[in-house]
Amino acid sequence: MLSRRNPQLNRHGELIHLLSIEGLPRAVLTQILDTASTFLSVNDRDVKKVPLLRGKSVFNLFFENSTRTRTTFEIAAKRLSADVINLDIARSSTAKGESLLDTIANLSAMQADMFVVRHSESGAPYLIAQHCAPHVHVVNAGDGRHAHPTQALLDMYTIRHFKGDFTQLTVAIVGDIVHSRVARSDIHALTTLGVPEIRAVGPKTLVPGDLREMGVRVCHDMAEGIRGADVIIMLRLQNERMSGAMLPSASEFFKHFGLSAEKLALAKPDAIVMHPGPINRGVEIDSTVADGGHSVILPQVTFGISVRMAVMSTIAGNEA
Amino acid sequence: MKLLIRNGRLVDPASGVDRIGDLAIAGDRIIAFGDVSAEFAPDRTVDASGLVVAPGLVDLAARLREPGHEHEGMLESELAAAAAGGVTSLVCLPDTDPPLDEPGLVEMLKFRARRLSRCRLFPLGALTRGLEGQTLTEMAELTEAGCVGFSQAEVPIVNTLTLQRALQYAATYGYTVWLRPQDAWLGGGVAASGAVATRLGLTGVPVAAETIALATLFELVRATGARLHLCRLSSAAGVALLRAAKAEGLPVTADVSINSLHLTDTDIGYFNAAMRVTPPLRQQRDRDALQAALADGTIDALVSDHTPVSADEKTLPFAEATSGATGLELLLGLALHWGEQQGLGLGPTLARITSAPVAVLGTSLGSLAHSAGRLVAGGVADVCVFDEEARWPVRADALVSQGKHTPFAFETSGFELRGRVHTTVVAGSVAFERSGA
Repeated sequence: MLSRRNPQLNRHGELIHLLSIEGLPRAVLTQILDTASTFLSVNDRDVKKVPLLRGKSVFNLFFENSTRTRTTFEIAAKRLSADVINLDIARSSTAKGESLLDTIANLSAMQADMFVVRHSESGAPYLIAQHCAPHVHVVNAGDGRHAHPTQALLDMYTIRHFKGDFTQLTVAIVGDIVHSRVARSDIHALTTLGVPEIRAVGPKTLVPGDLREMGVRVCHDMAEGIRGADVIIMLRLQNERMSGAMLPSASEFFKHFGLSAEKLALAKPDAIVMHPGPINRGVEIDSTVADGGHSVILPQVTFGISVRMAVMSTIAGNEA
Repeated sequence: MKLLIRNGRLVDPASGVDRIGDLAIAGDRIIAFGDVSAEFAPDRTVDASGLVVAPGLVDLAARLREPGHEHEGMLESELAAAAAGGVTSLVCLPDTDPPLDEPGLVEMLKFRARRLSRCRLFPLGALTRGLEGQTLTEMAELTEAGCVGFSQAEVPIVNTLTLQRALQYAATYGYTVWLRPQDAWLGGGVAASGAVATRLGLTGVPVAAETIALATLFELVRATGARLHLCRLSSAAGVALLRAAKAEGLPVTADVSINSLHLTDTDIGYFNAAMRVTPPLRQQRDRDALQAALADGTIDALVSDHTPVSADEKTLPFAEATSGATGLELLLGLALHWGEQQGLGLGPTLARITSAPVAVLGTSLGSLAHSAGRLVAGGVADVCVFDEEARWPVRADALVSQGKHTPFAFETSGFELRGRVHTTVVAGSVAFERSGA
């Protein structure tokens, strides 16, 4: 079989879509983080706008509901002076039986320049990137269990902001990793940026041994997982996993894998605690930790806007 | 009608004959093989110089989507595709709409196929009504209507007691039960469990889905004495269990699909929905074990697992795309490719798609059992004439089948298929001739 070019890079190796962190060179990631830091000051100005995407149309295509992520993309696009159109497709055309690609064809005909896509199926943004007009850029805002690359980039931005160097860190990702697109993208990003130890922590139903193949250390014991960690990334436990064959109850999960102040004491004294949100207080994280001095959950949200501005302006500047 | 196929390389895998010679056909029979009397006066002559003259291929797994897709002319196009692929006999699965669980449906299908006279059609009947895994079908009636065995297609029987009874009942009459070994609960994913599925965030089907089903089936074969054909094995561990069962003398046979024989999960690449097939593509060690098992005869036959899928059903996110790939026109080429990789001669290679699948069908073929899949004087004249050296890129417009999707599409794989069918003869009549050939 032929080797296939990474569809998110053009033949010069420049980013034209952001579909996954996997396969992106370190230089591309670093450049986005550097660009994001230049946008951070824009967000502090009275006039929070730069003209980089003036006249461009950004379509937010959310086949799966998410107010938070969609809002941060909308703010980021508007600060780049783009026109933003939000389509809540979960409740419109596909409900009428229109196929994914028909929807894309119709929106392309409305002169879209960029699609920000969230979809419940892994790989859906790849299909869209393959079938949209060549000038259209696609940003994956989360697909199934596969990837959430902008979340991973904002996580990397946050880690770099608080820790500086990636190459001496121990990072623990805790919770429902098997169903998590955030975890997958974080693992690829951390690996690419040279983090020497990445731990995936949780019970075997949520952290299967296959994950070792992604280059992580699998820990089924919370103390082992977070001992000596510099960074702890807690994942949201979806309601449907809290009782049934994955886990017996939210309370048993919290007792063994929830982050309490007591467990946090096992990490390095200057450890930071992250969470992609929205958090379940008392399920995966205790309120005292979520609101405590180690938590960087709110800075993550702030950085998220600059990082998404960096992603959109970067890909808009590269031609297919 | 008298047909003379002249000066070809006659290859009969069953007898080991491999020589240059002529083949004389009169009516639906081969009347002379090798040296043809000068007195034979053919109505037509096919010059097979430089070409291989082999038995027509026998494919143990193809879907023709009838009943269910009559309005699309599926039976016409897919039997024409079979002929274009050199396939002269094929076994079709009962997962049609409605399923083949009534004698009338089977009779109608056989009747329509006979009228098209492109390829012999051997339906598998549904083992349970509606493939629902609850009530047995009228197997004796279905056999009279033309079924050669009984199958659940892709629908596992969940209730082990029902499965045992189905095997007992089939064993009463000596019918073969054709099952794809897959546990109903573990088999729900869309890709093989492993690094690729984990990385891509696709739900996985573990090897245990196959081995648990095999262990159950072998126990039930021991208990019931039923004859079992295992469809489309996918794993090295499954091959090991099959090898042990055969060594023990259990009445089991097995096949593998062209997809599992040549591909692995890494071929999924960036969510290429053409790679969405059932069983899912596994890892390299599995593929290697399947290739070796087909070579040493542990796996009896190679099948196309032909499944025409429309573009609308395939241009979807990977997990939502309909499973299946076109295969009838690729079977010969992918068998030759495997045989070359394994260092097998042409005869042993072709055996896996001619005489060996006929042996799997056994007495269910009736009088055809003695000569289908073979070139033998007095036997049925089902013949495939092909150019072994020809290479061709698989492109949608080059395929007769309405199913255009295949993992081996030149556009995405860069792969060129070996071997091109020149002429296909079914029951003494020319069912396919390549124009310009």
